[in-house]
Amino acid sequence: MSVLLIAEHNNKEIRPFTLNAITAASQIDSDLHVLVAGNSCLDVAKAVSEVPLVKKVLHVDAAHYENFLPENFAPLTVKISKNYSHIICSANTFGKNLMPRVAALLDTSQVSDIIKVVSSDTFIRPIYAGNAFATVKSNDVKKCVTIRPTSFEPAATSGGSATVEKIDGSEESNISKFIKREEVKSDRPELGTARIVISGGRGMQSGDNFKLITAIADKLNAAIGASRAAVDAGYITNDHQVGQTGKVVVPDLYIAVGISGAIQHLAGMKESKVIVAINKDGEAPIFSVADYGLEADLFEALPQFLEELNKLNTIQK
Amino acid sequence: MKILVAVKRVIDYNVQVRVKEDGTGVVTDNVKMSTNPPDDNAIEEAVKIKESGKAKEIVAVTVGEEKAQETVRKALAVGADRGIHIKVDGIIEPLAVSKILQKIVEKEKPDLVFMGKQAIDDDCNQTGQMLSALLNWPQATFASKIEVKENKLEVIREVDEGLETIEVNVPAVVTCDLRLNEPRYASLPNIMKAKKKPIEQINASDLGVDTKQRIEQIKVEEPPKRKAGIKVANVAELVQKLKNEAKVI
Ligand SMILES: Cc1cc2nc3c(=O)[nH]c(=O)nc-3n(C[C@H](O)[C@H](O)[C@H](O)COP(=O)(O)OP(=O)(O)OC[C@H]3O[C@@H](n4cnc5c(N)ncnc54)[C@H](O)[C@@H]3O)c2cc1C
Ligand SMILES: Nc1ncnc2c1ncn2[C@@H]1O[C@H](COP(=O)(O)O)[C@@H](O)[C@H]1O
Repeated sequence: MSVLLIAEHNNKEIRPFTLNAITAASQIDSDLHVLVAGNSCLDVAKAVSEVPLVKKVLHVDAAHYENFLPENFAPLTVKISKNYSHIICSANTFGKNLMPRVAALLDTSQVSDIIKVVSSDTFIRPIYAGNAFATVKSNDVKKCVTIRPTSFEPAATSGGSATVEKIDGSEESNISKFIKREEVKSDRPELGTARIVISGGRGMQSGDNFKLITAIADKLNAAIGASRAAVDAGYITNDHQVGQTGKVVVPDLYIAVGISGAIQHLAGMKESKVIVAINKDGEAPIFSVADYGLEADLFEALPQFLEELNKLNTIQK
Repeated sequence: MKILVAVKRVIDYNVQVRVKEDGTGVVTDNVKMSTNPPDDNAIEEAVKIKESGKAKEIVAVTVGEEKAQETVRKALAVGADRGIHIKVDGIIEPLAVSKILQKIVEKEKPDLVFMGKQAIDDDCNQTGQMLSALLNWPQATFASKIEVKENKLEVIREVDEGLETIEVNVPAVVTCDLRLNEPRYASLPNIMKAKKKPIEQINASDLGVDTKQRIEQIKVEEPPKRKAGIKVANVAELVQKLKNEAKVI
């Protein structure tokens, strides 16, 4: 049987994590079909058909799919699920919201947030904020799986030529209504996919002081992250939060500034390739995961850091 | 309005969780247990709505072993009116919990079900969405602001891109984010009063719900450890190492 992946997109472009989920799905079964449902999203369907790992694209347009309400998306997914052994989605807020609704309707016990495909029914997933890895085997006939995107490489986006099949939608549910989305637009790389991330914590003391971080992010072409404490204190918006209840990031370089290193924060960044910690408390737990620890006052260290970076003329973008 | 709040007993978030040597799970003996943190936000929100006069009754419900009652007792101490404890031993998956909660909803007929967005032990983030699917109710997940309107709720949700506002018809299931509110502490008099509030006990087996595990836990192991790093003396050394040793800038 084939696997069905539900694409996340904004009706114009595919969201990058869908590509990581495609890689994971193709490891489960190579006969991979992708559902692209939205409003006037044919361009997205076409783009997905060019992903070489994809064998078929199912495309459906309707006004009530425009904002991805799970009350409309779940019945659609269930309707086309008959021929599939697995339903797959990435484990970000889109997939987390949708997949359990699909799984319950299919009477399937969902496997959330996998970091490795062992076989078509066995997966590895982190539990307890990443303090343990569980190997689990799903015994359900139809499996619902969400993918931790940062644990899989993104699939190539060109060279494929899958067929695009137009399918019928499901009825509108009318029990919920989308009102608005406040997206924080920025020219910086996305937090989830950036090569370098610099994050600030409560030690930053104010939102205004984040300009010290912004200046370095500009220089390094880095994304900006934050601890929950920094978000809760209103220094920066929630979409920047890294951790167990925020985003998981796996950049080449993660720089934690004024962050103590609570396990809930580590859950979101400790797989990063190189970790730098800047903290004035030499005992802060963040140093136990840092490759390079700098015990210093951030208000002195950050301006110096920028100065040193300015001396280098070989920053890679 | 009547609000049902689902609370789960989990290992306290401050505990450094350790994996058992035989690979069957994590150490729970003599480990501090607490209410799953966002479930405290769920209770708090229900209590605030009741205090505003928009709700009449709050029922706290938990599914789990005998000691899970403590979690219900705590909810009673911060303002729930009565509790329900569905007794079941061993691992119970979100699908089974949602089927049990469905039975309780059919019996209690609440207008709203509040739950946490994610249990910090299994990190599943499933139960609320599953319950709303089974009930064919709308779901408002990852809520950081809730406004009660006539037969509707307006909810601000925390999503990857930022914030999303939706409106759902009542009855509805809401899953709460930690930023929804600031949970209060139970005062001593309220803890004493809570001891007198009723908790109904029901055996899961009497509800006719299949709670068999569908997912086999094959092994639980420690994640790979990071190799110990070094402390650098100053910023210049840091930048030099990042450039020449780690080669990341
Ligand atoms: C269920 C649950 C989920 C959670 N999820 C998350 C999550 O997803 N992400 C997350 O981050 N947290 C999460 N938390 C919160 C977490 O437990 C911590 O409270 C939080 O990470 C602390 O943030 P912080 O390190 O910025 O603040 P603090 O712990 O207060 O640390 C501030 C640090 O800054 C340093 N500092 C202060 N001033 C300076 C200075 N001038 N120069 C240098 N260093 C300085 C201090 O030495 C200290 O180490 C969660 C908690 C719970 C209960
Ligand atoms: N055994 C349980 N008893 C009561 N509520 C539960 C139980 N398991 C999960 N929940 C609720 O569902 C939420 C999400 O849990 P989960 O889907 O396991 O991440 C929790 O925050 C609780 O509100």
